[in-house]
Amino acid sequence: MTDLTVADARAALAHPSHINSDLKAQRVRSAWVFLAPTLMVLALVAGWPLVRTIYFSFTDASLTNLGGAEFVGFQNYLSWITLKSGRTIYKGLLADPAWWNAVWNTLKFTVISVSIETALGLVVALVLNAHFPGRGLVRAAILIPWAIPTIVSAKMWAWMLNDQFGILNEIFVGLGLISQKIAWTASPDTAMVAVLIVDVWKTTPFMALLILAGLQMVPIDIYEAAKIDGVHPIRVFWRVTLPLIRPALMVAVIFRMLDALRIFDLIYVLTPNNAQTKTMSVLARENLFDFDKFAYGAAASTMLFLIIASITVLYMWFGRVNFEGGER
Amino acid sequence: MTLLLKTLTFCAALGAADLAAAAAELSLAANTTGKNVHFMREQLDAFEKKTGHKVSLVTMPSSSSEQFSQYRLWLAAGNKDVDVYQTDVIWAPQLADQFVDLTAAAKDVVGAHFPSIIQSQTVNGKLVALPIFTDAPALYYRKDLLEKYGKTPPKTWDELAATAKEIQEKEHAAGKADLWGFVFQGNAYEGLTCNALEWIKSSGGGQIVEPDGTISVNNEKAAAAIERAKSWIGTIAPEGVLAYQEEESRGVWQTGNAVFMRNWPYAYALGNGDDSAVKGKFDVMPLPTATDGDKPSSALGGWNLAVSKYSDEQEAAIELVKFLSSKDVQKARALQLSQLPTIAALYDDAEIAAAQPFMPNWKPIFQSAVPRPSAVTKVKYNEVSSKLWSAVHNTLSGDGTAAENLELLEVELTELKGDSW
Repeated sequence: MTDLTVADARAALAHPSHINSDLKAQRVRSAWVFLAPTLMVLALVAGWPLVRTIYFSFTDASLTNLGGAEFVGFQNYLSWITLKSGRTIYKGLLADPAWWNAVWNTLKFTVISVSIETALGLVVALVLNAHFPGRGLVRAAILIPWAIPTIVSAKMWAWMLNDQFGILNEIFVGLGLISQKIAWTASPDTAMVAVLIVDVWKTTPFMALLILAGLQMVPIDIYEAAKIDGVHPIRVFWRVTLPLIRPALMVAVIFRMLDALRIFDLIYVLTPNNAQTKTMSVLARENLFDFDKFAYGAAASTMLFLIIASITVLYMWFGRVNFEGGER
Repeated sequence: MTLLLKTLTFCAALGAADLAAAAAELSLAANTTGKNVHFMREQLDAFEKKTGHKVSLVTMPSSSSEQFSQYRLWLAAGNKDVDVYQTDVIWAPQLADQFVDLTAAAKDVVGAHFPSIIQSQTVNGKLVALPIFTDAPALYYRKDLLEKYGKTPPKTWDELAATAKEIQEKEHAAGKADLWGFVFQGNAYEGLTCNALEWIKSSGGGQIVEPDGTISVNNEKAAAAIERAKSWIGTIAPEGVLAYQEEESRGVWQTGNAVFMRNWPYAYALGNGDDSAVKGKFDVMPLPTATDGDKPSSALGGWNLAVSKYSDEQEAAIELVKFLSSKDVQKARALQLSQLPTIAALYDDAEIAAAQPFMPNWKPIFQSAVPRPSAVTKVKYNEVSSKLWSAVHNTLSGDGTAAENLELLEVELTELKGDSW
């Protein structure tokens, strides 16, 4: 293939149908053959459950009687009855204050946690991108929080945040930062803060890693040119580094955002049943399994799916994210 | 080898018909609170030796609410891996369809148990589970501290608060900064429903949903009871109590950092363990009431064993359930774990009375205990309980007054009830 000239390639591109049609068709075929197992597994483990969940959300299914579910239309989402007095009463997920509280909690959690993690991740990545002895070791060490299973780290933090025996209160009281022990996971003012602390601790390394990958793609000669021109380092960061790592940054943010929008395990361990931190996933699970409202929980799951999907589409549209790198 | 020989002899004695059953491998889903797992394992070893079956333990989360949803999930999926489930007294109506009817198998033993407990596990004439112990919470108090400040054990909630406050303040002044007056279970989960039911019932505020299905929770006495509990938070109880379940409050208590604790009898044996800072320094009494002379109100607890209808080894599983609910095992449980037997005769047992002096006095208390409204609200009980604990937790953490939250709760419960429970 090395003797193929540029002209040949151009000709091939100009008249693909003549020269390459057989080859191309064959390539497309083999591509499908290679993709088929993946697609099948995806359809089985992701597609089918999704379709089932959406189906159940339009029925009156209960967990003990999934087979006998009957179609009820949009009743789980929204229904209303007009009383004789003329007053209309709305029912269903979209009229449920608990649901909107969960949506609000989830959005709040997502915006705050992803912002902090992006900023911190960027700082960590910039530090790790610099050359210093033992860099490899530090890079590995910083990934540890990300490598620990969430349930384990959540439980670990639950003990550290414990009001009576927790080490955080011990340290803060010892340093004189607080006068009285704080009930981190119990008090409504600090419950969300506690969840955010643990999430930031856990996922900043992930952000840092993705941004670091972006940083290493930046050609070194641009920095050298900037240095020769005597540009201030801060200006270099804003005008050179940031625009160049933007694609990587945007992808990292969307990964984290998708993760944060469906946050479950951390909150389930740290502050279960707490109205201040109850997210969409926690609410959906509660209805699915704790209460006798499987269909209602399925409706919540479906809404969760729709909300995440639309936020992602909007983000990709406005952020002009291109997963192949570069701009759309 | 001796075990094998014994098993073989045993099987031979039983005859060839039992050989197949003798090889059964069972699993039992059990609680992890306190030393339950340790105790269960010991008893299961004895059972294995006796019958030749193998039993493995599946340990469950300490929160009974989580335990329940895990059960529900397994049973809905027709899980064959778990044969025997340890179930809370309130779960029988919700899970009745998934368990085997034990009426015929247990007809020779039910007579020995308290009829009210057997009744609580009977749904539409079907005996869903056999009781292994019953539960009625107690007020734990520090004898040494009460004596030191010349106090008597409190009879009313206000007395408790006053005593707790005084001792806490004086001990703080004496340098014991970690001491708190009172710990209970304030986390938003099933345990808070029990606590709240006790506060409300002992103040004459009814029992949330009455046996005839009326929703009674929105009344002045109930609101006053919850406001009273609210006044404890941050004064005599740490703010963290809003995240405590049984084991967290026991943690504070057993390290010697609380004057009073509301907890189930299991904490009695653990508190007198060798590693306990309060060993021999405490005693238990019935929970206080709103005014002196009222009848104390304890939430009725207790645990049972049920056999899954999806189990392939139902016969062996029933044998196991009968073994673990037997008089001998219940006696051992009372001696080692200070959990209340469900067999009436054991309350006159001299050995138990010697080991757990409080126990004979407990018989009238749990017999008059208030049941949670699970029988009347049936499959909706979990949601009722969740709405109640949310309303109470909101009030305790300062999100709305008790009156406001109870009014809202009444609306929610009425909507949930619909035409009937």
